[in-house]
Amino acid sequence: MTTHPDPAARTADATFGPDLVEVFGPSQADGGPDLVQLLTPEGERVHHPDFDVDLTPEELRGLYRDMALVRRLDVEATALQRHGELGLWAQLLGQEAAQIGCGRALAPQDFVFPTYREHGVAWCRDVDPLHLLGLFRGVDHGGWDPAAHGFGLYTIVIGAQTLHATGYAMGLQRDGVVGTGDAARDAAVIAHFGDGASSQGDVNEAFIFAASYNAPVVFFCQNNQWAISEPIERQTRIPLFQRALGFGFPGIRVDGNDVLATLAVTRAALQRAREGQGPTLIEAYTYRMGAHTTTDDPTRYRLSSDVERWKLKDPIARLEVHLKRNGLADAAFFDDVAAEADALGARLRAGCTAMPDPDPLAIFEQVYAEVPDELVAQRDGYAAYLDSFEEAGR
Amino acid sequence: MRLTLAKALNAGLRRALEDDPKVLLMGEDIGRLGGVFRVTDGLQKDFGEDRVIDSPLAESGIVGTAVGLALRGYRPVVEIQFDGFVYPAYDQIVSQVAKMRYRSRGRSPMPMVIRIPFGGGIGAVEHHSESPEAQFAHTPGLKVVACSNPADAYWMIQQAIASDDPVVFLEPKRQYHADKAEVDEAATPPPLFSSRVVRAGSDVTVLAYGPTVRTALRAAEAAAGEGRSMEVVDLRTLSPLDLPPVLESVRRTGRAVVVHEAHVNLGLGAELAARITEECFFSLEAPVLRVGGFDTPYPASRIEEHFLPDLDRLLDAVDRSLAF
Repeated sequence: MTTHPDPAARTADATFGPDLVEVFGPSQADGGPDLVQLLTPEGERVHHPDFDVDLTPEELRGLYRDMALVRRLDVEATALQRHGELGLWAQLLGQEAAQIGCGRALAPQDFVFPTYREHGVAWCRDVDPLHLLGLFRGVDHGGWDPAAHGFGLYTIVIGAQTLHATGYAMGLQRDGVVGTGDAARDAAVIAHFGDGASSQGDVNEAFIFAASYNAPVVFFCQNNQWAISEPIERQTRIPLFQRALGFGFPGIRVDGNDVLATLAVTRAALQRAREGQGPTLIEAYTYRMGAHTTTDDPTRYRLSSDVERWKLKDPIARLEVHLKRNGLADAAFFDDVAAEADALGARLRAGCTAMPDPDPLAIFEQVYAEVPDELVAQRDGYAAYLDSFEEAGR
Repeated sequence: MRLTLAKALNAGLRRALEDDPKVLLMGEDIGRLGGVFRVTDGLQKDFGEDRVIDSPLAESGIVGTAVGLALRGYRPVVEIQFDGFVYPAYDQIVSQVAKMRYRSRGRSPMPMVIRIPFGGGIGAVEHHSESPEAQFAHTPGLKVVACSNPADAYWMIQQAIASDDPVVFLEPKRQYHADKAEVDEAATPPPLFSSRVVRAGSDVTVLAYGPTVRTALRAAEAAAGEGRSMEVVDLRTLSPLDLPPVLESVRRTGRAVVVHEAHVNLGLGAELAARITEECFFSLEAPVLRVGGFDTPYPASRIEEHFLPDLDRLLDAVDRSLAF
């Protein structure tokens, strides 16, 4: 394994930014030897000494269905943005397994703190995708009830929610719902973030608080290799999961394109948290197949050959191969899922385009629990101002 | 040459990099991508990764390390990707950048520029449309300026970089790729910390900066058609304020309206109203009026045009001022 570049060896036009293999060593090129994998990119079921899942054919088909439908959601939303129906969309393409594997590991009493890209986890928490579209359409800042779904609002300022997750986990400890041995009662928290956010102070402070209080929180980092245009080596010089050790809790790197491995590892980490054994960092090693958001143009900064290489690791294709090869799903099943995806697409298109703009006076709602008179006056003044146009128009 | 505001900033940054080897740019995605608004497009290619630095995603880290670079004799120009992302760096800016000269009794100057795209109207999600200028203008030790057009952008960014004081440099993101305007590289620009009358008028003075200058000019055009003569001042500098041109104008017109996208409560308009009242009390025909964002968080984008002061709301305030 190479160390940092020798400054003396730098030439005038050399850069401070060596590539992934240069930084992490050749063994890290595909996630390295520590990568937990249960389903290879070729769809072959493999086993791991520490993590495993034993799923029925129906459960396996369920994971396929989840991923296929969430991909369709993503495709539809991207198209809706292109047609001007959404202001923006943050694509999850390529990260379906990381999100479904993690989302399906959750118990109803668990709580999720998402970034702005956790559409697959939202799906697993029964958040209507139209709420996600509403946020990116600009009708609100998040239309779902976090408590009802155990799924917080999307957080756009990166990393901030990792501290919220830790605090929420501290609340669980105080509520006595950690380590009771009652599986229906013991709860844990998941904090989502990305490789970019791992550089933020908030994330590092969350690690310290969680370790210090042994909080029941799982830090779930989807390392999709890119923070807009910046490659992973701009954020870290060791594999991200190894950072956990320095903070005093375990870190695991899982194949984020392998829904089985992600499910197994997340289940284990959540269980550990629920039992009162403290935090875990999971690095789901994956790849952002799309742009950062619909305003981004990744052709400006990354090679298409890289994208092509990751296409061979597609999370949905590998499960499809596994299901077909082992006779776990027939053609009718795949037809049904395709039809269901079409129906979902149609529902999202119709629902999104029919979404009305909010009342302008909604600007003034829910700023405070007790609304100051001054703000009431501001609202009433603006209402009268708007009315004056209507009267003038009569 | 005719340039958009983004291209004018790019040209200004390029010239600053050429003129002074101590000038460095730092920020997220500013290198190969050229910034999310392309303001730094091509600069890393031409000046190298040592001078146009893609940083880890940590705003406190960006500003904090820029402090160290400045202590080492560099002139860092940092980009905060969006206004709403500046707060993780707020501690470094307010507690460290602003106070370094004072604490060191002048031994450690802080010649840093903190570029922030600000303001709304681009249909963005949360934290991408804010106007935090008052929070920095309220902080002694910082200077705060806002450009409103390509020519000013070209000159002001160079002047800010040349300044030995830390400058928060606000860029109206809605106008980055709007109309092109003539930028004369051979011109002699006005001083950085100066306000300018950008349209002469006699009935009322409108004070604007950044994105609202354009609104004010359009309003003045519309008002002229109805026989009302609006003078428009582009403040350009928010801290320190350049009051003489403002006061001179208000003494002539007897009326002042301040327009900004930031919340009205304790915004720049409050300070301007106080100063005008103190200095021009006997010239005033009407109280100083303020038009701005409501005292609420920035709303969802589908109704942001209601939050932002537009031509109609500004003209409504002008009418109210004239009715006194």
